[in-house]
Amino acid sequence: MTDQTMSGAPVNEKTRQPLRVPVLHMGIFAALLIFFLAAPFFLYPVFLMKVLCFALFACAFNLLLGYGGLLSFGHAAFFGGASYISAHAAKMWGFTPELAVLLGTGAAAVLGLVIGSLAIRRQGIYFAMVTLAFAQMVFFFSLQAPFTGGEDGIQAVPRNLLFGLFDIRHDRAFYFFVLAICFGGVLLIYRIIHSPFGQVLKAIRENEQRSISLGYQVNRYKLAVFVISATLAGTAGATKALVFQLASLTDVHWTMSGEVVLMALLGGIHTIFGPIAGAALIVAMQNYFAGFGAWVTVLQGAIFVIAVLLFREGIVGVIGKWLKKPL
Amino acid sequence: MSDTDVILSAKGMTKQFAGFMAVKDVNLDVKRGSIHAMIGPNGAGKTTCFNLLTKFLQPTAGSISFNGKDITTMAASDIARLGMVRSFQISAVFPKLTVLENVRVALQRRRGGNFDFWRSQRVLNQFDEEAMRRVEEVGLTDFAGELAGELSYGRKRALEFATTLALEPELLLLDEPMAGMAQEDIERISALIKRISANRTILMVEHNLSVVADLSDKITVLARGQVLAEGDYETVSNDPRVIEAYIGVGHG
Ligand SMILES: Nc1ncnc2c1ncn2[C@@H]1O[C@H](COP(=O)(O)OP(=O)(O)OP(=O)(O)O)[C@@H](O)[C@H]1O
Ligand SMILES: [Mg+2]
Repeated sequence: MTDQTMSGAPVNEKTRQPLRVPVLHMGIFAALLIFFLAAPFFLYPVFLMKVLCFALFACAFNLLLGYGGLLSFGHAAFFGGASYISAHAAKMWGFTPELAVLLGTGAAAVLGLVIGSLAIRRQGIYFAMVTLAFAQMVFFFSLQAPFTGGEDGIQAVPRNLLFGLFDIRHDRAFYFFVLAICFGGVLLIYRIIHSPFGQVLKAIRENEQRSISLGYQVNRYKLAVFVISATLAGTAGATKALVFQLASLTDVHWTMSGEVVLMALLGGIHTIFGPIAGAALIVAMQNYFAGFGAWVTVLQGAIFVIAVLLFREGIVGVIGKWLKKPL
Repeated sequence: MSDTDVILSAKGMTKQFAGFMAVKDVNLDVKRGSIHAMIGPNGAGKTTCFNLLTKFLQPTAGSISFNGKDITTMAASDIARLGMVRSFQISAVFPKLTVLENVRVALQRRRGGNFDFWRSQRVLNQFDEEAMRRVEEVGLTDFAGELAGELSYGRKRALEFATTLALEPELLLLDEPMAGMAQEDIERISALIKRISANRTILMVEHNLSVVADLSDKITVLARGQVLAEGDYETVSNDPRVIEAYIGVGHG
């Protein structure tokens, strides 16, 4: 019996110092914030707002996929569902922007609780199929329900006074409202990933059986992360409705669920910043290639295939590997 | 044996997989404070027994009680909370967490609900010292900051053991804890099992018969899903049915 192991050797210097990674992450967040604060002065605010909304959507989605290990094919239900609620509240009930977003977010949370509690009992592809099935129900409901405006959607959604006080109707002013929400949301997701809850999530993702044997009631954690993910996806959708002053079937369509999967995969699902990069890339592509009409989808598909073949960990995942730092 | 002496008891425990009887009418009493080994040829149903006892599988028939409490219909995670923790035959670590974090995940459960997603994980630092001690106990100090996935097989097993121990379970179920370990690791883990068994009960599946002979107070031999023999090493190793089951049919 070798006794040196029992004698309490001092912690070897090989022990990784985890301190510097958070500093790096905060640095990246600071750089992003500075960029987005300056950006509306040289880029189109509406384009930037779209990027921000999708970045939040992709990060929320990826909280579930990358950290919860659950692939949802129905996140459009939360994104689009919340956008209808927020648009309706702002237009028909005269809700102020922050309250409209809050209501949409709350609606997505409730929907997430309902769909999540039924879906988390299934594993893998079955889980994905159950979420897709529910999202289709939400789609057909949106098509039929009187308040959603069917094929037309809810148009001319007003941007009311912020807190009932401030006029932020103009794009550049509205931009800062959107920035605050989306940046705040992404920071919250970062915190969730690095919370005690996030630590348990990672354990469940890595080895569910082992987590159970340690006494964790994994279904509760899965449900919790599902609801959080749905809620924040709702925040993104509710905000987007006010940006475009429109809620439409596009946002609840299954292709929207697919798009967010693509954004997360493209950026890197085991990364913090990947979904943001993925969202920015895809939104930019859709914007700049808009002239190609239906070919945008084909181009998007082609780029996706190439990206997945070239970097399986996603763009940011690959960069992280080069830098030997988790991003 | 009085009831309070028995920590874990199975009666008529049976598991059928699509017509195949993996475990058939097993009666098992594990005495409190003992090291109880379960041995048997490959496919005898040892792991299935573990899965049934810890409720990772639902028995087709029979009942199981832990500390006098009927646990037959309980959920696996609740079994762990009662103080009965298992390890897995195929090493079960969290590969993308560091060695220290692996152990900490176990300690973290003491916080009760870990649903506080708004709090920084720095609150978990309170467990670092204890986690480090557990890591040290199994000789992994030098690897505390490594990702668990990068450890050698034997070290993964040691880490899994440390993680299980961190929960301070009353009853440990170890499924081949030494499989794939180097001799010196086997000795270290053997000594550790002996040491920790002072105030706990251990039920272990192990193929290494010298370890079994050395450690266990009682041995249950399983073959084709049924209990073949039971007793101390001496009794069991001289039982002709056991010899036959191990050597093969018709060579007795
Ligand atoms: N989920 C399952 N479905 C169907 N058959 C199973 C299942 N799990 C185990 N079995 C079968 O039950 C029998 C007992 O398996 P078990 O894993 O319990 O054996 P074991 O004694 O642990 O063997 P080993 O020493 O190889 O680990 C085997 O024939 C196995 O194929
Ligand atoms: Mg086995």
